[in-house]
Amino acid sequence: MKFVWFNLQPWPYLPKDFREKHRSVWVDIPNSLFDPVKGHEMYNTYLDQLEFADSVGYDGIGCNEHHQNGYGLMPSPNLIAATLARRTSRSAICVIGNSIAGYNPPNRVAEEFAMLDCISGGRLIAGFPVGTPMDTNFCMGQIPALTRDKYAEAHDLIIQAWTRESPFAFDGKYNQLRYVNTWPLPIQKPHPPIYIPGGGSIETWDFCLDHDYNYSYLSFFGYKAGKALLDGFWERRAERGDADENPYRASFAQIVCVADTDAEAEKLYAEHILYFFNNCLHIHPGFADPPGYRTINTIKANKLSQLRQETMEMFQALTWRDVVDNGLVIAGSPDTVAGQMEELAKTLRVGTVFCLQHMGDMTDWKTRYSTQLFAEKVMPRLKDIWSEYDGSKWWCQPLDDRRVNDEASFANARRSPEFPADYPEGAI
Amino acid sequence: MAVETRTVTTRRGIEAKVHTRGDGPPLVWFHGAGGLFPVESMLDMIGEQHTVHAAEWPGFGEEPTEGYLEDMLDFTLHGWDLVDAMELGETPDVAGHSMGGMIAAEMAAVNPAGLGSLVLLCAVGLWIEEHPVPDIFSMLPFELAQVLFADPVAGEAILTAGLDFSDDAALTNFLVLNARRLGTAGKILFPIPNRRLSKRLYRITNPTLLLWGEQDHLVPPVYAERFQEQLVSTAAYIETLGGAGHMLPYEQPELAARAIVTFLS
Repeated sequence: MKFVWFNLQPWPYLPKDFREKHRSVWVDIPNSLFDPVKGHEMYNTYLDQLEFADSVGYDGIGCNEHHQNGYGLMPSPNLIAATLARRTSRSAICVIGNSIAGYNPPNRVAEEFAMLDCISGGRLIAGFPVGTPMDTNFCMGQIPALTRDKYAEAHDLIIQAWTRESPFAFDGKYNQLRYVNTWPLPIQKPHPPIYIPGGGSIETWDFCLDHDYNYSYLSFFGYKAGKALLDGFWERRAERGDADENPYRASFAQIVCVADTDAEAEKLYAEHILYFFNNCLHIHPGFADPPGYRTINTIKANKLSQLRQETMEMFQALTWRDVVDNGLVIAGSPDTVAGQMEELAKTLRVGTVFCLQHMGDMTDWKTRYSTQLFAEKVMPRLKDIWSEYDGSKWWCQPLDDRRVNDEASFANARRSPEFPADYPEGAI
Repeated sequence: MAVETRTVTTRRGIEAKVHTRGDGPPLVWFHGAGGLFPVESMLDMIGEQHTVHAAEWPGFGEEPTEGYLEDMLDFTLHGWDLVDAMELGETPDVAGHSMGGMIAAEMAAVNPAGLGSLVLLCAVGLWIEEHPVPDIFSMLPFELAQVLFADPVAGEAILTAGLDFSDDAALTNFLVLNARRLGTAGKILFPIPNRRLSKRLYRITNPTLLLWGEQDHLVPPVYAERFQEQLVSTAAYIETLGGAGHMLPYEQPELAARAIVTFLS
């Protein structure tokens, strides 16, 4: 199995009466609630945590894109990934991903992802979400009924920009470019592995299966609720006559909290997890499902959005027991967590888990404690699940001979100029 | 009033139902983003003086034809294709409500010779920064009546007539209809209902009636004034009716019908 450490980078200072005073944590949340000076500390703390996760042995570290969002402060995940590419050397850098339907022109993503792949030595995993309606439609202004079409064109342009003989002309419906000629190109060939974060739309399953991309279900609602959608993905695969059951074709996001005992987990993490569910998921339902965003097939199949009103109402007064018993959060001692993680992997048939280990307003020391315990006491017990499958097709293939970013290389970056031996004296 | 329904096919191959009623010179009607209602009293009353041809817009009828339309020019030309397909034999007057008014105005701007008079009821299509049109695409169903009607309680009943949301199949059917209708409308109205009609209004030379609901909270009457200012090549008259919001044809059908018939005569 592969484990990716992932944080949403939430604003941890939402007022206690946020729910009562504001209708949504996303789109129209007043930016007067943001304090840039606290933001300085916040971003650096979150980046430190990602580097810490790399240092303790996670297979990957990840980031994602949200806009105008009080629980996700990475409008540009590529900036986060760029800092990680320079400060780590080992783990995959999973950008899950760029909301390409909103980019103009989207070959900018081909360029930036290629930069990240080059800087990191081929460690990039490239995510291409259709994007939530909150981000793509309400924050980025894209027309709901045309979003999928624009997404499909953006995807085609990016793949061509990475793989076609250049320059070439791209005469798209939304993008007309006379000279597509990507500089730089990614190290990984033909391109970095592609993950498609999706909800439950049939079109997204088909898109992943058509291209053999990883279907990544990034839910906050845990593996028990997530089973229906992963089952849907695997069943769709079977319906299409696709025999490949390799679990690395799918991934899942799960909130995970590890402590010494189950009781300690509750004591340490309950308040922060409930801050997330009760404040951060307070989203105006009208932003979650603008007419035209979901396809008619998906509506008819009743694959309703995870953010629909009824779902949101479930989370108004959650308790720790609710979130733990329903599998929204896997929390407890290393034994408890390992047992449930194994159940997750096997019932959902996923090879990669995005471990959400910082949630809400969790403090730094608790985040590190949970992270370290998971790396030391849980991961080793799960590593060999699915060892009979080769997941390399859905994982990055870095250069063996790549730069090692460590204390020595940081010091090296600051060295004074050394003139070549044959440089003529007195030339300066 | 008896309504005759026929299917026309445009030269592009798009099939559309046209509901025709009444007798007299032709008036082509373009409905708003809510589609045609089961009861259209205003059209019935206009039918006493005119033959009213009400076309179903792609996305609003049974045929899944909305994929043909992507941008404003597609919408505008489809409007003319429909008029051609109706084979009216004479130049019609054209009227439209809300989104239908925007389409009618665009049609008049590209081809003023193709129609007689123009009637815009609570038309969208312009944007005044001081009076932003509320974002209907992020509203919840129960919030709509407040914005659309002068009398939200009566309006709620009009909007939900005959719908039983406790029935899953009915709810899914409603969601599909709503997604198709407002999804289609969103192509010219989302995120801001302004596709630069203001640059083209000078081309309209047809006598124009701007008929508005006094309590229109979606496109307030100040928009009628802005239309009038920008219709520089023709005489444009404003009439504002009390007791009506944005859904003027359904709240004050008789007053609206009378104003339209008077103007057209």
